[in-house]
Amino acid sequence: MSTARAAAILLGKELRLEFRTRELLNATVVFAIVVVVLFSFAFNPTPDESRHYGPGLLWIAFLFSGSLMLHPSFAREQSNDTLDALRMAPVSAFAILLGKMLANFIFLALAEVVLVPVFAVLYNVSLAGIVGRLVLVLALGSIGIIVTGTVFSAISAHARMRELLLPLLMLPILAPLLIAAVEATSALFARQPYLDQTWVAFLAGFDVVFLTASWLLCDFLMEE
Amino acid sequence: MAGPSSVSLPQSASAVATAPVAGLGISFEKIDKRFGSLIALRGVSLNIAAGEFVALLGHNGAGKTTLLRIAALLMSPTAGRVRFNGLGSAESPKSATGMVGHSTLLYDELTAEENLSLFAKLYGVREIPDRVAQALADCGLASRAGSIVRNFSRGMRQRLAIARALLHGPRLLLLDEPAAGLDRQGAAWFAETLARLRSSGTTILMSTHARNESLDLATRAISLSAGRIEHDSGPDGDPRPVLAALRAEA
Repeated sequence: MSTARAAAILLGKELRLEFRTRELLNATVVFAIVVVVLFSFAFNPTPDESRHYGPGLLWIAFLFSGSLMLHPSFAREQSNDTLDALRMAPVSAFAILLGKMLANFIFLALAEVVLVPVFAVLYNVSLAGIVGRLVLVLALGSIGIIVTGTVFSAISAHARMRELLLPLLMLPILAPLLIAAVEATSALFARQPYLDQTWVAFLAGFDVVFLTASWLLCDFLMEE
Repeated sequence: MAGPSSVSLPQSASAVATAPVAGLGISFEKIDKRFGSLIALRGVSLNIAAGEFVALLGHNGAGKTTLLRIAALLMSPTAGRVRFNGLGSAESPKSATGMVGHSTLLYDELTAEENLSLFAKLYGVREIPDRVAQALADCGLASRAGSIVRNFSRGMRQRLAIARALLHGPRLLLLDEPAAGLDRQGAAWFAETLARLRSSGTTILMSTHARNESLDLATRAISLSAGRIEHDSGPDGDPRPVLAALRAEA
């Protein structure tokens, strides 16, 4: 069976499980909204301040809600050793990883779809004319968070202190991605919005490098 | 919700399990497995021919589960290697192997039908709706096909786990304490299923305790102790003396 076909089957399983339990989505969306709302009330930012600090706040909300979502991604395969069942199936290890990555990307994207309009209203940031470019930056940044986070979720799933281990492993690696995503978003929130191609290229490069690394290392990552 | 007692097991033989298959042989060559300072297997060499039904016995910690997990390719040996004998040119060991483990290997939040359909797709099973319906009927869970597995009793889960392992018609079946959680009726159904699989030519490697009723079906008995093979009745030998000795010991 091809990797794409197996990943699509596993994506279907992930979506079915999540939309039945809503464990990840509820926690992620609520957490992200709470962060944005609390900061809005705490600082009551002017439009200029929002343009300056907003991108950082937005990406911190994405990052933390992403890490909240990523931890159970592999951990919930442990209750009945279902990861063993997947590893025994005649599908590539990368298909298992890719299925998880696609599902996590969809969940984070759904959280972003809810969060970004809330952010725009609370922080007086106009999204008119930048939606397409913002979607590009959000997609590239989110892919980076999800690819890296899913890999570390697989690594930390068997560890005793996995709740602590995942952010400890993930956050330092994601620091360059976060800087690039914040800079690219800042350029879009400027008075004269523009797509900063340097940072966008960096984001795309980060995604390609980590996706390739996860493909190369997937057998090792999935091994017991 | 219907309780477990409302689920009846089929009395007739299964079409899925009785289809003749060419069993898959497996050879373990000087297998060592270490977990840090713990040595789980020490130089285990074993050749299991296609169609054999091997009972793997031993006390807790003897290395039975480790050997089965190595056979299922879930774990790599520290030293030595595993060979599968009789694989087709386009066949992978994984597609020819089925396993029932300590855990059910099922998703609690999916229904019985969804669980079987998922694994049928992953194993490339054809005519999935028919095969899944047949598998559910075989294990007596047809009436609970749409129920979420979380609501099943332990015995029902175990029967579904066995159905999942058999769904793709494995040529090598690895069973790790497969009767755990089954009631008397379930155990009888399982023994009948094993008998059909044995007569259909499936190679079976079953780890269990000495009191399991299904042991009488075994064509060969091997006992492990401290990671080594202690007794082996051999492929052509009589397993009953080994089983009797272990039963007396137990």
